[in-house]
Amino acid sequence: MSDASSILCGRVAAVLGPNIDTDIIYPGRYLNITDREKTAEHLFELAYPEIRSKLRPGDFIVAAANFGCGSSREQAAAALKFSGCGAVIAASFARIFYRNAINLGLPAIVSPSAHLECSEGDELEIDLAGGLIRNLSRNLSIAAAPLDPRAIELIRSGGLIPYLKAKYASAPAAG
Amino acid sequence: MTLAEKILARASGRSRVAPDEIVVADVDLAMSHENADLVRKAFLEIGVPRVWDPEKIVIIFDHRIPAESEKTAATHKAVREFVRQQGIRHFYDVGRGGICHQVLAENGHVQPGMVVVGTDSHTTTHGAFGAFATGIGATEMAGVWVEGRLWFKVPSTLRIEVEGEFAPWVSAKDLILYIIGRLGAAGADYRAVEFDGSAIRRMTIASRMVLCNLSMEMGAKVAFTPVMEIAPDADARYERVLHINLDYDLPEPQIACPHSVDHVRPVSALGEIPVHQAVLGSCTNGRLEDLEIAASILRGRRVHPQTRLIVIPASQRVCLDAMRLGYLETLIEAGAIVNPPGCGPCVGVHQGILAAGEVCISSTNRNFIGRMGSKDSFVYLSSPAVVAASAVAGRIVHPEIVMAKEDAHV
Repeated sequence: MSDASSILCGRVAAVLGPNIDTDIIYPGRYLNITDREKTAEHLFELAYPEIRSKLRPGDFIVAAANFGCGSSREQAAAALKFSGCGAVIAASFARIFYRNAINLGLPAIVSPSAHLECSEGDELEIDLAGGLIRNLSRNLSIAAAPLDPRAIELIRSGGLIPYLKAKYASAPAAG
Repeated sequence: MTLAEKILARASGRSRVAPDEIVVADVDLAMSHENADLVRKAFLEIGVPRVWDPEKIVIIFDHRIPAESEKTAATHKAVREFVRQQGIRHFYDVGRGGICHQVLAENGHVQPGMVVVGTDSHTTTHGAFGAFATGIGATEMAGVWVEGRLWFKVPSTLRIEVEGEFAPWVSAKDLILYIIGRLGAAGADYRAVEFDGSAIRRMTIASRMVLCNLSMEMGAKVAFTPVMEIAPDADARYERVLHINLDYDLPEPQIACPHSVDHVRPVSALGEIPVHQAVLGSCTNGRLEDLEIAASILRGRRVHPQTRLIVIPASQRVCLDAMRLGYLETLIEAGAIVNPPGCGPCVGVHQGILAAGEVCISSTNRNFIGRMGSKDSFVYLSSPAVVAASAVAGRIVHPEIVMAKEDAHV
């Protein structure tokens, strides 16, 4: 069920190793920031501060296994999303991060080999529903797991909040 | 069916479920801490006027108590107001609870067979009470507050059977660090873990909570230790069964070295590592039995002059019991500072932050880069006994080294 709205195009902003934990993505000291947009200011602040300046809207972060391990803090996914990251591609994700990303409308794509077949600056085309990544810079096809239709629906809605907002639109406003 | 399968089948109204199926399960209990403010904001954005069931929501302040900044004070205030408006009765404010997982357990909120979700990754702790208990994010929790249910992929189950006897000074924390070291930080990713075996069945509830709590650090979705009320079927299918014999596999305390929880070494392999700070506490190891063992080591001894010891009871109740039993007196006499119950340095926000170059031995659950302060600090994770002994020795040691010496400083 590939269609234009599930194709993402962008550039690889960084290729990271395994076990990129939530403290690396978003330090605990900023957990009392509850403005989702403001979380972007602290993305990768302690370990990889250079990524933030390199990340352009629509860019991808590519990583090895177990991306997002650790805390349930959704600021980790929010910081990526509001920094303009178009998608995270990893060999595997820690489950809470994965759910947080999808619930915030940030595509999280599982690809066992993308971190080996992409370099910083490569242009990629990702077919979310079809489960395929094309590395246009290297003329390579890279296998990825198709995103679950439920996840694609949430991403198209902009995340769980807009999705539920639409679902309960007829309910009276919160008092 | 395994325990995870049984509970998800019941909660989703199915007779059977199998790994990798997606089910929509009713949530029996939804717990949040300070991030209830994020949940509240997302809930208000969705625009539904009332939470689905105020009796099934529990909110406990623990990450920043008492409020360490005006910003936190404002979020605490906003949550208090929301709690009142929504009629949420199970609210544990500053001075009335402590660390969320300990408080849920102490107050009987969790029962066997329940589906529990919490906006804290260590919600897996409640598998010690036979609950399918797992961490979720704040936005997803807002969805639970609206709908009272959530989709889950049925996890496959890893069974870990533990036999044998613990060596002196070796405990549940050493066992789970050993297992994480063996399986890796993603070794149980997306999976349920069932612990069983004679050694587990002899363990205290507090020790079982340690196993379930730290299973999260190998990626587990949920973890269980045995309870009377619900058991896996005799023909349950496991992805893998791991056998551990404490007599052979775990002769000495285990340490998780910087900067990864699966970087585990036996204490004797570490060499000379001086420590500036020792931390005893957290949702992993801040319970009465942890303070008791620390007090038994520090009784009549002194914290090393180059080391500071921070003790954080897991809850008000633990604090009060430890005071009545004299543990706190012993620890304070030895030179420890006792912080109010809460998460403090474990989450790296207040009450014991590390400077660049400092080394900490901690009974907490994570040693990620910058977790407890400076990105140039180093956190070693260990059992409470090793924390206490290392505080005396001023370096990471096997407790038997400290206990063998008459002299206060070794």
